[in-house]
Amino acid sequence: MARVGLVVVSHSRALAEATVALAQQMLPGRELAIQVAAGTEDGGLGTDAVAISAAITAADAGDGVVVLMDLGSAVLSAETALELLADDLRERVLLSAAPLVEGLVGAAVVAAGGADRARVGAEALLGLAPKQAHLG
Amino acid sequence: MADGVDVQALTAWVREFDRLVAEHEGELTGLDAAIGDADHGANMHRGLTAAVAALAGTPPADPAALLKQVGMTLISKVGGASGPLYGTLFLRMAGAVGTDEVDAATYARALRAGLDGVLARGKAEPGDKTMVDALGPACDALDQEMAAGGSLAEALRRAATAARQGRDATVPMLARKGRASYLGERSIGHQDPGATTTALLLDAAVTTLGGEG
Repeated sequence: MARVGLVVVSHSRALAEATVALAQQMLPGRELAIQVAAGTEDGGLGTDAVAISAAITAADAGDGVVVLMDLGSAVLSAETALELLADDLRERVLLSAAPLVEGLVGAAVVAAGGADRARVGAEALLGLAPKQAHLG
Repeated sequence: MADGVDVQALTAWVREFDRLVAEHEGELTGLDAAIGDADHGANMHRGLTAAVAALAGTPPADPAALLKQVGMTLISKVGGASGPLYGTLFLRMAGAVGTDEVDAATYARALRAGLDGVLARGKAEPGDKTMVDALGPACDALDQEMAAGGSLAEALRRAATAARQGRDATVPMLARKGRASYLGERSIGHQDPGATTTALLLDAAVTTLGGEG
C-alpha cells in the first residue's frame, strides 16, 4: 500500500485549512497527513516557495507527494519550490492542475486508501466531474 | 573606472532597487489595483526590504552567493507572482556569474539568463503585458551596446531606456498572464505594474553598477 503525501498551497492560510478540514471530513477514522503551505509570514495573502518545499519534504513518506494549489502565484511558487528539492524527491512530486477544493477531496479519499501517486493525481483531476455531471 | 561589478556594487544595486520600489510603492499598487490584486507595490517592498536586511545581516562573500541570497529571499518573502519571477531572475543570474568580480559581458549574459528564467517560470511571451516586455528590450539593448564595444555604464543607460520604453508600450496591450488576464479587454489602457518595477530595476543598475554611484 502506497503512502502518498498531500500538500495544499494557497494564498490564504484560512482557505487552506478550511479546505483540509473539508477533505478530512471524508476520512473518518483514517489517518492522512495533509501539509499546508499558505499565506505570508505576517498572516497576509501570499505564497512562499521555501515554505512549499518544506511542506513537500515533510509530506513525503517515500511514495511521493501530490500538490494542490489555488491560483496565480501559488502555481509559480510551487514550480519554484521544486527547484529547491533534492533530485530524487523532485521526481516523486506531482503538481496537480485540479481545482483546489474538489481536487483535494478526490485526492484525499484515494490517497487514504493507499493509491499510488499517479492514481491520486488522476483522481484529483476528476474532482470536478460530479459537479459538472450534476449541473450539465 | 573598472568595468566590472563586485559584491559592494551588487549590494548597492539591490538597495537602490529597494529604495526606488519603496518610493514608488503607492504608484505600483495603484497600477495593480487597476488590473490585478492591488498588492504588487506592497509585495515587492516587503520582499526587497527583507533582501536588503539579509544582505546586511549576513553579507555574502561573492557575487554568486549574493544574487542567490537575494533570489531566495524574494521567492520566500514577496508573496505574489513577482516572488517566483524576480526570485528566479536573481537565482538564474547567480548561476551565470562566478565568485569573481562580474565583468560587463558576464553581467549582460547573467541578465539574459535571468530573462530566460522569467520566461520559463511565467511562460509569458513578448506582448503579453508583463515584466518580460521591459526586461526583454533591456537585455537586447545591453547586448547590442556591449557588442558595439560600449562601456557597461553606457550599455546600462541604453538598457534602462529600453526598459522604460517597454514599460510604456504595455499600456495598449491586452493582458494574457496573471490576474490581469482575468480582465480581458478591460486590461487595455493600463500600464503593467510588473514592467514598471522592471524599469526601476534597470534604473537602479544605471546609478549603482555603471560606475556612476
